[in-house]
Amino acid sequence: MSESVRTEIYADNAATTRMSDAAIEAMLTVMKEQYGNPSSLYSVGQNAKEILEKAREEIAEVINASPSEIIFTSGGSEADNQAIRSAAETGRKAGKMHIISTAFEHHAVLHTLKKLESEGFEVTLMDVHEDGLVRVDELEKTIRDDTCLVTVMFANNEIGTIQPIKEIGEVCRAKGVLFHTDAVQAVGHVPIDVKELNIDMLSSSAHKFHGPKGIGFLYARRGVRITNLIEGGAQEGGKRAGTENVAAVAGMAAALRETASRMSENAAHMTEMRDRLIDGLEKIPHSALNGDRTKRLPGNTNFCFEGIEGESLLLLLDDRGICASSGSACTSGSLDPSHVLLAIGRVHDVAHGSLRLTIGEDVTAEEVDYMIKNVTEVVEYLRSFSPVWRDLMSGKTQFIL
Amino acid sequence: MALYSEKVMDHFRNPRNVGVIEDADGVGEVGNAKCGDIMKMYLKIDGDIISDVKFETFGCGSAIASSSMATELIKGRPVAEALELTNKAVAEALDGLPAYKMHCSVLAEEAIKSALDDYYSRKGTAPEEK
Repeated sequence: MSESVRTEIYADNAATTRMSDAAIEAMLTVMKEQYGNPSSLYSVGQNAKEILEKAREEIAEVINASPSEIIFTSGGSEADNQAIRSAAETGRKAGKMHIISTAFEHHAVLHTLKKLESEGFEVTLMDVHEDGLVRVDELEKTIRDDTCLVTVMFANNEIGTIQPIKEIGEVCRAKGVLFHTDAVQAVGHVPIDVKELNIDMLSSSAHKFHGPKGIGFLYARRGVRITNLIEGGAQEGGKRAGTENVAAVAGMAAALRETASRMSENAAHMTEMRDRLIDGLEKIPHSALNGDRTKRLPGNTNFCFEGIEGESLLLLLDDRGICASSGSACTSGSLDPSHVLLAIGRVHDVAHGSLRLTIGEDVTAEEVDYMIKNVTEVVEYLRSFSPVWRDLMSGKTQFIL
Repeated sequence: MALYSEKVMDHFRNPRNVGVIEDADGVGEVGNAKCGDIMKMYLKIDGDIISDVKFETFGCGSAIASSSMATELIKGRPVAEALELTNKAVAEALDGLPAYKMHCSVLAEEAIKSALDDYYSRKGTAPEEK
C-alpha cells in the first residue's frame, strides 16, 4: 500500500454500510421528481404510491413473502418493537404470557422484553453457549403451554453467529408458538426464505445492506395479528401510521435488489477474506475468536485479546486508517462490557479487550493483510505498558485465553 | 467534533513517562480489570522531590492520557505538591475530558496517592501536616 495515500479501510459494516450508488440514485429520483404523498389521488401522489408498492413487491420477493406481508418501519428497532408487542398482545388475550428469547439479542429486543416483564409477562432468555449458538433441543424443553412468542435473532450483530433458524421455526410451528427473528444483520447477506425457514415475523434494516438509515421493514406472515405502535392515518394497511418515506423505501429496495443479486459471489469472497483475517489474528498470542468459526456471517470477525482494553485499540487503529468497533465498557458508555461477550462466557477482564472487524463486499486480500499487520502491532504495543499483561507474563496472574 | 481534545490525543498517542522503575521508592496500583481500567505508578523520591515517575496503564484512551499527564504534573515537583494533585487539575491540563470519562482522571489522582502512601509506609512516616 502506498505511503503517500492515507489508508481508509471501513471494517465496521455491522454498524452501518456505505450507501450503494443504486440506492442513492433511486432516492434522488424520488426526491426530485416523485415528491407526492402516496395517499393523494392526483397523479403525482399516485406515482409515489406506485414506487412504494413496486418497492414492496421487490423486497417481498427477496425473502419469498407476499407484498401484503411487508410493513415499512423506521428501521430494525421499530420492527423488533412492533413484532414483539404484537405477539405479546395476542398472547395476553389468550392468557399466554411467557416469552422466550436469548441472552445476546439486540437491545431493541431485550429492552422491549424488559418492559413487557414489568407489564406482567414472564421472559426466559436461553443460553447461547460458548460458540454463540442456540440449541434447538433446549428450546423445545423451554416452550410451555403459555408461551406466546419465541424471538431469536437470525445472526448476532457482534459475533456474527448464524442461528439454526429453520429448526427453531419448525419447533415453534409444531408447538403453535409465534416465531420472530431479528434479521437485521442477515438480510442481504445470507439467503432468507421465510416460508422454508418457518418464520412468522422478521425485522430488517436498510442501512445494513447499503440502503439509507431510518428505514426498514417488518415481515409479518398473513394471519399474524399486528398491533400498532404509531396511531394515526391508514398507511401500511393501517398498521403503521405516518406519511411514507417514499425516497428511503425506494433506496432500500434498490440496495436490496443489488445486494441480493450478487449475494452468493459476495458471500464466497467475503468468507475467504474473513477466514484469512481470522487465521492471521489467531497468530496473536493469548487471543481468541468469539463465536463459532464457520456458522457466522461472511463478513464478521470478532476477537478478544488478553491484557489490553478495546477503546485504546480502536483509537490507534483509527490512526492507521482502520474503522473498527469493540465491546469494551469504554465504548459502550457503561461500566459493563458487551452483554453478547458476557453471554458466551467471556469474563469482564477479556471482554474489555475485544475487537470486531466487519468487512465489506469489496475488501481485498491486501487490505486484510494490512489489518492483520496493524492489529498485531497495536496489540503488542498496548501490551508493552499494560500492568495486566505484566502480571500475566510474570506468572503473578493466570492467562484466561 | 472529536471524542477527545487534541491534548488528550497527544498524550494518548505519545504517552510520557511510560515504563517501570525497578528500584522505586513507592509503587501504587489502582482500578481493576473487571471495570476495564488499571493504573500503576512508580515513584523515585530524592529528599522531598519526585525525581522520577513512570506508569503502566491498562485502559481506554483517556485513562492512558490521564496517567501520562499526571506523571508530567508531578515529575520534579516536591512530594507535598504531588499530594495536593487533584483529578480536576489532571483533566484541566488535558483541556477537559468527556463527562463519562472523568473517572479516568480520578484514577490517575488515586494512583499517585497510592504510590505516595506506599512511599510513606516504607519510610514508616506519615506526610507532614500543613
